[in-house]
Amino acid sequence: MAMPYYVSPEQVMKDKADFARKGIGRGKSVVALTYADGILFVAENPSATLHKVSEIYDRIAFAAVGKYNEFEQLRVAGIRLADVKGYQYAREDVTGRALANAYATALGAAFTESSKPFEVELLVAEISADAIELYHVLYDGSITDKEGHFAIGGSADGITAAVSERFDATMTRDAALRLAHEALSTAEERPIEPGGLEVAGLDRGRARRKFFRMTDAEIAAALA
Amino acid sequence: MRLPDVDPFDLAGPSFFALLQRQAPEHIARALGGPVTVDHVDGTTVLALTYSAEGTQGVVMAGDRRATSGNIISKRDMRKVFEADSWSAVGISGAAGPAMELAKIFATELEHYEKVEGNPLSLDGKANKLAQMVRANLPLAMQGLIVVPLFAGYDPREGVARIYEFDAAGGRYEERRFATTGSGGRDARGSLKARFHDDLTQDAAINMAIEALWDAADEDSATGGPDLVREIYPLVTVIDSAGYRELTDEDIAARVRGVIDRRRQ
Repeated sequence: MAMPYYVSPEQVMKDKADFARKGIGRGKSVVALTYADGILFVAENPSATLHKVSEIYDRIAFAAVGKYNEFEQLRVAGIRLADVKGYQYAREDVTGRALANAYATALGAAFTESSKPFEVELLVAEISADAIELYHVLYDGSITDKEGHFAIGGSADGITAAVSERFDATMTRDAALRLAHEALSTAEERPIEPGGLEVAGLDRGRARRKFFRMTDAEIAAALA
Repeated sequence: MRLPDVDPFDLAGPSFFALLQRQAPEHIARALGGPVTVDHVDGTTVLALTYSAEGTQGVVMAGDRRATSGNIISKRDMRKVFEADSWSAVGISGAAGPAMELAKIFATELEHYEKVEGNPLSLDGKANKLAQMVRANLPLAMQGLIVVPLFAGYDPREGVARIYEFDAAGGRYEERRFATTGSGGRDARGSLKARFHDDLTQDAAINMAIEALWDAADEDSATGGPDLVREIYPLVTVIDSAGYRELTDEDIAARVRGVIDRRRQ
């Protein structure tokens, strides 16, 4: 007679969490920093087209690390949710908080119920006239709000340490980019080429759509 | 709350309109059968014309501001030309409620596609999508809630401006020079036909659009002329290599005074 294996629920959850953390830790990081006019996301990303940072709605941006096809799926689901909600009600009624909560619930359900958790870590940012809301959603659905600056991905701790020393919420966008670039290079212990960076963010000065993406030329000019 | 399946091979993938049909079908009006007996707001003139003097290409789209319900004027400052995205505009004629919804869904459709796909649609793609949305409205059109848009845009990749007109069944026709829609469309077309030539400057094209709206308002009671008392003027938009912009009331008022002076002579 074969003995059925018993695995305690704690063990199952711990295994899933370890699995997800490993998957996320393998990938490159993203760091978010608020600056005078908005929030900037900087990632080491060798690809020019497979983005880690994207626009969700007029004032909402999304950044993710981990498995690309999984966070791509989440990105598109978020855009759909935002556009339908904004159509059903009004554009102003779409909030970063509601979106982050939706992600948290979905990731939490997937962590508990499906055989494999999402190997992703997300940041959702919303910009308003006088503030930035930044939400961090983890693979198991836990959600926290952050202030000032935050990093996700394999080298997050090293980046956060490097940024904290010289972080100033009133810096210009280019100063924030320079700080992020240095922090990424320090944490990775190798210099990162400007061409290998993906830089995007939300800026209050823009018209309806606050999201912007910096071109290679603009990044090079800021880091010169 | 479960994450809905995002299937990349779902052929309706980046379409906001298809998303609404699937997930919020109450937003896509359905025909109920039989003629429409409710009062609905109607009537209009919207026109578009291209210009290409001095090597610069562009298109002007303009619309009047009157909405009628039978013989009653329902609204004096109705907007009938909308920014579809930063390089194109959609003008609407027909039943006002469904027409404005069409314009709103279309603008959301273009933005949704751009966000999901990472690239904007080509100008032809945008026109094609609008034709499909008009086609989807055919059951309602046959009941009397007709919506016929006019679409114009600038393609930054090719450096050309194009106009597309549609029929109620979703047919799509590119017009190289000018196009009109609405109850006053035929009168506006006559005015444009007499004045249009191939070497228009942007300034001349704008003035020609305002003249044509004046001529349409002169003949069609459902088309409103400039309201000098309330200072409500036709809506005039220009799309060229710098994108979509709307003329200020002051600018249009000055041009309207020019039209009046010319007519008085």
